[in-house]
Amino acid sequence: MNRHLISAGDLAKDDALLILDTAEELARVSERSIKKLPTLRGRTVVNLFFEDSTRTRISFEAAAKRLSADVINFSAKGSSVSKGESLKDTALTLEAMGADAVVIRHGASGAPHRLATWVRGSVVNAGDGTHEHPTQALLDAFSMRRRLGGLDGRRITIVGDVLHSRVARSNVLLLATLGAEVTLVAPPTLLPVAVGTWPCEVSYDLDAVLPKSDAVMMLRVQKERMNAAYFPSEREYSRRYGLDRDRFAKMPDDAIVMHPGPMNRGMEIAAEVADSPRSTIVEQVANGVTIRMAVLYLLLGGETVA
Amino acid sequence: MIIKNVRILGGDPVDLRLHDGLIAEIGPGLTGAGETVDGGGAVVLPGLVDLHTHLREPGREDAETVQTGTQSAARGGYTAVHAMANTSPVADTAGVVEQVWRLGREHGHCDVQPVGAVTVGLEGRQLAELGAMADSAARVRVFSDDGKCVSDAVLMRRALEYVKAFDGVVAQHAQEPRLTEGAQMNEGVVSGRLGLTGWPAVAEEAIIARDCLLAAHVGSRLHVCHVSTAGSVEIIRWAKSKGWNVTAEVTPHHLLLTDDLVEDSPVGAYNPIYKVNPPLRTRADVEALRAALADGTIDVVATDHAPHPVEDKETEWSAAAMGMVGLETALSVVQEAMVDTGLLDWAGVADRMSAAPARIGRLPGHGQPLEVGAPANLTLYDPSGRTPVDPAAFASKSRNTPYEGMTLPGRVVATFLRGRATVLEGKLT
Repeated sequence: MNRHLISAGDLAKDDALLILDTAEELARVSERSIKKLPTLRGRTVVNLFFEDSTRTRISFEAAAKRLSADVINFSAKGSSVSKGESLKDTALTLEAMGADAVVIRHGASGAPHRLATWVRGSVVNAGDGTHEHPTQALLDAFSMRRRLGGLDGRRITIVGDVLHSRVARSNVLLLATLGAEVTLVAPPTLLPVAVGTWPCEVSYDLDAVLPKSDAVMMLRVQKERMNAAYFPSEREYSRRYGLDRDRFAKMPDDAIVMHPGPMNRGMEIAAEVADSPRSTIVEQVANGVTIRMAVLYLLLGGETVA
Repeated sequence: MIIKNVRILGGDPVDLRLHDGLIAEIGPGLTGAGETVDGGGAVVLPGLVDLHTHLREPGREDAETVQTGTQSAARGGYTAVHAMANTSPVADTAGVVEQVWRLGREHGHCDVQPVGAVTVGLEGRQLAELGAMADSAARVRVFSDDGKCVSDAVLMRRALEYVKAFDGVVAQHAQEPRLTEGAQMNEGVVSGRLGLTGWPAVAEEAIIARDCLLAAHVGSRLHVCHVSTAGSVEIIRWAKSKGWNVTAEVTPHHLLLTDDLVEDSPVGAYNPIYKVNPPLRTRADVEALRAALADGTIDVVATDHAPHPVEDKETEWSAAAMGMVGLETALSVVQEAMVDTGLLDWAGVADRMSAAPARIGRLPGHGQPLEVGAPANLTLYDPSGRTPVDPAAFASKSRNTPYEGMTLPGRVVATFLRGRATVLEGKLT
């Protein structure tokens, strides 16, 4: 494996499977009454969050703590960053403190790549701008594998704002590596112009794709897109691309529904769909901790779970 | 002064005698009193003229000054540069353009011809006092809001019309602003993968098409800055075929580099050293630009030399400043992209990098044919050998070159401004 986890595209199939298999083993640990492992004792993991994301931060924090690592949470707000300190100076500070791994969430695409040129520790991308969010893709793959039994040849449909979605980018890359067949569904305004070069299919017609899907992943529609002429209105978006009860009924009986959260209930996903037994949304959160344990463990620890 | 053993536009070896700032004699075996310089078989070009230089003074003397910028120009073989107007304060009055012009004269490394802003403060609302700048000691003929597009069609029309009174030209930075809000790099395969907001080719091409039509309608001169796409080339070729008075420039970096460097390069992904406006485009665009420069559709190579201090480039991509330094590598890049590929000979280089920019900028003392009686503005260039680009050796105050670590052909041996050496043996005099 690479020293860093910055893009899902950096993972060879063997790497990805090793992470998923390690997560399976760690999941069994999480079922014990004492969840903690001593593996990363004495190692320091810094959570460097330039964007507010409580969900992702506490997920990484819980993962690192269950592996007994020392965790430092560095939030840009109220720190020297808000006084104009550059990413490079922040990186050099962390380097001086001896961070073994830096988990970075940043609003600028590519910030983790830049960080990796300034620190010696491992860099884990926890979401960079509109680029990637590889641990989200890994936890999604983990969740799908558990529900569907495997990913090879599975038909995965990702619906929504692909253009601005780091979740979609990482999922397309990882799922292609793992042998799944991915179809992106979105209004043409919310697809990159060169999406035809991506390792997936593209459709504008959700109703046509749903019956042929083993899993449907709904992406969050950001509020700011609603006022930028990407689509005429919230209601029209919801009518054409929302997963409501009628559309849910068109899916195969054993197909699952996913969402990386946070959801706009009633917009891209109806409440009863989100809350149905075929929704993995809550599991995804739990699996997030497990998969992040596996990533930190493999980047910092060793090859096998003690 | 006698310059021994040089090849005019790459021709047979001759000697040159310079006297009173002019070429006094050309021939074999010249002898006589005074200093003698051994040209070592170098190619002689008319002193290069840059239509597009950012000298940063006044306002950003941390990035470049008129002194360091013109030293950089001389080392690159330039004898004249057009200093862009986006300084602070903006060069939108006679006072500011005269200040820049005077600084150029005081330092004397090359001629500095200020460009005047088209609109007050580059804000695109009100015409700057174009006539006052034209009538000033700086004798401004090129007007540009470069860095920003004169996007208002009425304002652009008026500017094109107005400068006819003093034989001026509007040099347009063609960038439709609404189509490029927050734009970070060329919109295409790479931007989609990297999740960077795209700068679509159409945002350049739509403005060029509109401006060509406007220039034709009012019978004025239009110059298009830093053309970067194959589509722009097609539009300019069409406008020229109509006989319209449209000229265009291309930068060295758009002749050599492509947008995939943002994703994959020796200096890492998302390295803002490749961030520039207009952005690096695709291989197909590079090929179209080279062909256009070769067939004259694009008239000029202009550097868009844009110095930035280290801290404005050592950042995450979206926070970084746009631009690259280019004066000291321009001729080598043109050799690599155009000469060594057989697309242009040295006469062609002399036209695109000296005669044509001097003609467009209305600089009578520059870009003249290398013959007896012409001003002794000369560049001696040795096209043999290849050397790694070493930014530490630049005369420019800034180091933001995309060529660091790359090996480029050729080197500027000497530069002469009106018979006086500004560079000898590759070093400033």
